Amino acid sequence: MSGSVSLRDWLTADITLSPRQASFQRLYFGWMRLRANPLALLGLGIILALVVIAVAAPLIAPGGFDDQSLDARLLPPSGAHWLGTDDLGRDVFARLVYGSRTTLYIATLVAVIAAPIGLLVGTTAGYFGGWVDGTLMRINDIFLSFPGLILALGFVAALGPGLRNAIIAVALTAWPPIARLARAETLTIRKADYIAAVRIQGASSFRIITRHIVPMCLPSVIVRITLNMAGIILTAAGLGFLGLGAQPPAPEWGAMLSTGRSHLTGAWWLATAPGVAILLTSLAFNLLGDGLRDVLDPRAD
Amino acid sequence: MLISIVKRVGSIAVTLLGLLALTFFMGRMLPVDPVVSIIGEQADQATYDMVYHQLGRDKPLVTQFYLFVRDMLHADFGNALFTGHRVADDLAKVFPATIELATFAIIIGVFVGVPLGMLAAVYRGSVIDHVARVVGLLGYSSPTFWLGLMGLIIFYAALGVVGGPGRLDVSFIDMVEPHTGLLLVDSLIDGEYEVFWNAWRHIVLPGTILGYGSMAYISRLTRSFMLEQLRQEYIIAARAKGLSRMRVIWRHAFGNIAVQLITVIALAYAFLLEGAVLTETVFAWPGFGRYLTSGLLAGDMNAVLACVLIVGVIFIGLNLLADLLYRVMDPRTK
Repeated sequence: MSGSVSLRDWLTADITLSPRQASFQRLYFGWMRLRANPLALLGLGIILALVVIAVAAPLIAPGGFDDQSLDARLLPPSGAHWLGTDDLGRDVFARLVYGSRTTLYIATLVAVIAAPIGLLVGTTAGYFGGWVDGTLMRINDIFLSFPGLILALGFVAALGPGLRNAIIAVALTAWPPIARLARAETLTIRKADYIAAVRIQGASSFRIITRHIVPMCLPSVIVRITLNMAGIILTAAGLGFLGLGAQPPAPEWGAMLSTGRSHLTGAWWLATAPGVAILLTSLAFNLLGDGLRDVLDPRAD
Repeated sequence: MLISIVKRVGSIAVTLLGLLALTFFMGRMLPVDPVVSIIGEQADQATYDMVYHQLGRDKPLVTQFYLFVRDMLHADFGNALFTGHRVADDLAKVFPATIELATFAIIIGVFVGVPLGMLAAVYRGSVIDHVARVVGLLGYSSPTFWLGLMGLIIFYAALGVVGGPGRLDVSFIDMVEPHTGLLLVDSLIDGEYEVFWNAWRHIVLPGTILGYGSMAYISRLTRSFMLEQLRQEYIIAARAKGLSRMRVIWRHAFGNIAVQLITVIALAYAFLLEGAVLTETVFAWPGFGRYLTSGLLAGDMNAVLACVLIVGVIFIGLNLLADLLYRVMDPRTK
């Protein structure tokens, strides 16, 4: 156990000896604060469980998600089919399990596309100011003047339906709030002494932004992405529900819900299960996001 | 103050132009050749060239954009191929249904959300605060279309206490004159109380479910605005002067957040348009949202672009309205 004790000492030492130790200490103290928030931990737990389910899908549901059997259509929940079967006799539970892959795929890709765009636009606008700022923020305002789903619908209409286009459409609606946040963060640090110091040393604007400003914006951007992820998942599920996201037979929770719509009276389980899955996932991101925000900014209520 | 309003209007004009540019490019991104979708694959080159010319595709992009802006400013959105009518006429017909639904929803959002947020702030940390938080979290996290389906399964299919999809039962359709397009109002004007009751039964469920989301949003912000006020020293001063708790809370604290709340409510109303797209699809509500999705599924760009543009304009308009109200009503901005 002496190893873990010295690790804790290293993590809680009053005087840090290296930048790496300092960043690990920040992470450690953040984690200690997050650990005190049971709801945030619950959110994190649900998301981790979802990742495990997505990875282990073939083990949890060995039948696969597209195993049709027309003799077994619309069966109610039972021992053989925990959540019943759909209108093509496919096991709803198996489709739900595989659907977690689609959801995480969308969430990850949207974050990977939207965060860098938002960061780049926001930090550039904030760092240069003037007409660069004016132009970029005006573009930002235009994107923000649509509710997310409407804008996504417009892009899907232009690009055509399908999972890939739905992801692009949702990502195009997800970057503006990040850009606005990154700009605000940049404005507070661009006059800092250390920025002036690296500029005097001859660093280019590109280098200052990418190496010295972006890292400072990262924590709040990560929190914002986590908080917005709930909305992103709801928007993506909405596109799927309207038939504009993942195309059959791919298992997608929103699209599964829309099958349930035609069997409201006969097969209630079709619409119930995927809805609960969407609700739990977006709830988890909301809880975790709230907790992370408290960690980073304890003043905010 | 006048200068700042002029500045604000100027920046709105630029945003509107950007909005038009965005929708214009959305229309041009389409991988399908619009000429082919009108004349079909079999047409000869002469027909193709003619339609190409009629659509103005042979003109420079700037000219095309200018013509697009001119049409849009005249509310000329072209024809909707899937209904066979002019998009502007279609929209005029479907919009009242959405206005009725959204207004019902915002009334629920305001009259439940504001008191809930107030109570949660005044009794911070109590049971009611926790209830408000859970209700709010669920409101943020639930897919509205799923709540709609669940509502239909429970209250319509199983219990039969509300009307099903649509605005009216089939036997009641077209029984009242469309004075305003709002069925609840029209039926009262015509004295058709049975129609009113039927329309009421149909709007209760979608309206409440749509309103739930705005309620969550409004109550959360009401709570945090109130907490901010209750922390101020003037609250203690007023209490020390001997004013009753109720008077301090409602007259002093609430009086100060009322203006902020108006901004929030205007925004919540605008966001209802987004929720309406999904709610209307679930409830077969013949409004703007269902028109948009039908247009989408039919691949009808004229209808889709008109809808997207109108939502953007309404959004900017409501923001501007909230901003102006703020300036007029809040003495601190003078």
